[in-house]
Amino acid sequence: MEKCIRLEDVKRIYQMEAGDVYALNGVTLDIGVGDFVAIMGASGSGKTTLLNQIGCLDQPTSGNLFIEGKNTRELPDSEMTDLRRDAIGFIFQKFNLIPLLTAFENVEYPLILKTGARDSTGRPAELLRLVGLDGGHIHHTPNQLSGGQQQRVAIARALANDPRILLCDEPTGNLDSKTGQQIMDILTDLNGQGKTIVMVTHSDEIASFADRIITIRDGVIQ
Amino acid sequence: MTFELAKRNVRLHLFRSILAAIGIIIGVVAITSMGMLGGALEQSVSDELMNMGNSIIITPAGPSTGEQKAGIEEKDIRQIKLITGRHPTIAFYNTYDQIKVGDNRRYVSMYGVDPAELPSITTLVSGRYVSGTEGVMIGQSLARQYNLKEGNFITIGIGSREQRLRVVGILENTGFSGGIQTDNAVIGSERWYESKYGGRGKYDQVVITVEDLDEIDRIKDQIEARLNRREDVVNIMDFRAMISSIQDAIGQISLFVIAIGGISLLVAAVSILNVMLISVNERIKEIGILRSIGTQKGDISKMFLYEATILGLIGSICGGVMSLIGGGLLILLIMQDIKYLMTLNTVFTIIYGMCIGIAICIAAGVYPAHRAAQMNPIDALSND
Repeated sequence: MEKCIRLEDVKRIYQMEAGDVYALNGVTLDIGVGDFVAIMGASGSGKTTLLNQIGCLDQPTSGNLFIEGKNTRELPDSEMTDLRRDAIGFIFQKFNLIPLLTAFENVEYPLILKTGARDSTGRPAELLRLVGLDGGHIHHTPNQLSGGQQQRVAIARALANDPRILLCDEPTGNLDSKTGQQIMDILTDLNGQGKTIVMVTHSDEIASFADRIITIRDGVIQ
Repeated sequence: MTFELAKRNVRLHLFRSILAAIGIIIGVVAITSMGMLGGALEQSVSDELMNMGNSIIITPAGPSTGEQKAGIEEKDIRQIKLITGRHPTIAFYNTYDQIKVGDNRRYVSMYGVDPAELPSITTLVSGRYVSGTEGVMIGQSLARQYNLKEGNFITIGIGSREQRLRVVGILENTGFSGGIQTDNAVIGSERWYESKYGGRGKYDQVVITVEDLDEIDRIKDQIEARLNRREDVVNIMDFRAMISSIQDAIGQISLFVIAIGGISLLVAAVSILNVMLISVNERIKEIGILRSIGTQKGDISKMFLYEATILGLIGSICGGVMSLIGGGLLILLIMQDIKYLMTLNTVFTIIYGMCIGIAICIAAGVYPAHRAAQMNPIDALSND
């Protein structure tokens, strides 16, 4: 199986006055292309730290982390940023849309980051339609949309530059169960189309959508 | 898109942005209108001084004694005229004396000038030039002070020397010039002056109007060599050094005034810095989102610099327009002459003022922009 994410004895140590905190303590993990992995664990177990490492928002203190063959520990900030833009799509619990931009512009923004120009292909509207949002909604700003609609926009935005990896941090955490179900259906669909999905959750029900569940405790995979 | 975000943030916090821009407007208006006023002052003084800039003034070297009046003699004047050639050279008498109009008395300058030379060095406002001893002419300021018109009489001299004379003409003010200063003076013919004050053939001053400034030194040197060979007969001076030091002084004064205006711009810069820091703090989460989806640090910086630039542009453009009005009022109020507003100096001053305003805004945005760009994306994302 082709690997797209590989962690080799990854440690993330925070230096505190009271002593070093091992948020990740020697994590070794392989995730293949097209996998749907759920990471579970209690609060403070290190699951979000792990997701941030995979998402190139942070670098390991020691060990190696490869995203599509690139060792993130050796990358300068600008290349880490490019990797986030091109290879990874983020979906957050609190949606994290840019409040000043409309739904359409939120989806268009990563495209502009990549091409340097406003979109002329109609891709943002197409992506929004794909996640079930069209009509007048696409010109609304996030605060004019419901939670479910915002998460759909966030998924469309994550897909803008056609990344191979989608990272989801409690994607249904702020939604009612019916809407949560719809969002999970979309994610399952995307996984079916070949996207690699790594999802942090503490809900067994949501984790059951994944085909592999990793449990983490005190920075160590169980 | 980063520019769009900056623009929308300014619009979203419109009131705050307007307040910050008002600071810049005040600062730009302060330095620009002060600069305009300084420039106008310099221009007006230059205009006044220009008349004397090309003059050489020759005065007798020795002092007058009770018996003997010092003066430049006819033969010396002939020598001077040989040197100056085509440059107009005028010799005249000059003293102070009392005049009386009704019950009012004051001391003024008395000039005795060859009537043939008068039209070349003065301008007539009303009446006519004197030709002999039939009357005198007076300057415009003096005429205005005593409400005198041609045909009126004035009394010149004290006690037994009192002489009642008709005013035949009013002369335009020359201002502070190198030669004859008509503003508060009585001007008569040589014959009248000689008959009243004596000293025939001993002139008090010779004024040479040099048409080409580069010739001033040559003419001075030649007169010096010819007349002051054995002993100092005459003093020779010109006003170039004085004019340039007066202009320097005015330049320094206006720079000082601009610097005071600059303080208000500095205050405005602090308020922009404050607004930008608030803006960064409010948008920490947004910065985190932008960074997480692949926005480079440089683009984050740009977003805040754009915001500062927008504030600077709005403030400076409004400030530029308002300083045209403010500076105009100031010039009108202080100098009572609006012609000094519509000059190239005004245009440059406004452009400078606006550029300084924009530059200061951008400078005030640098630190907040840097701070925003250096934020750790994870910390920024977890900020609520």
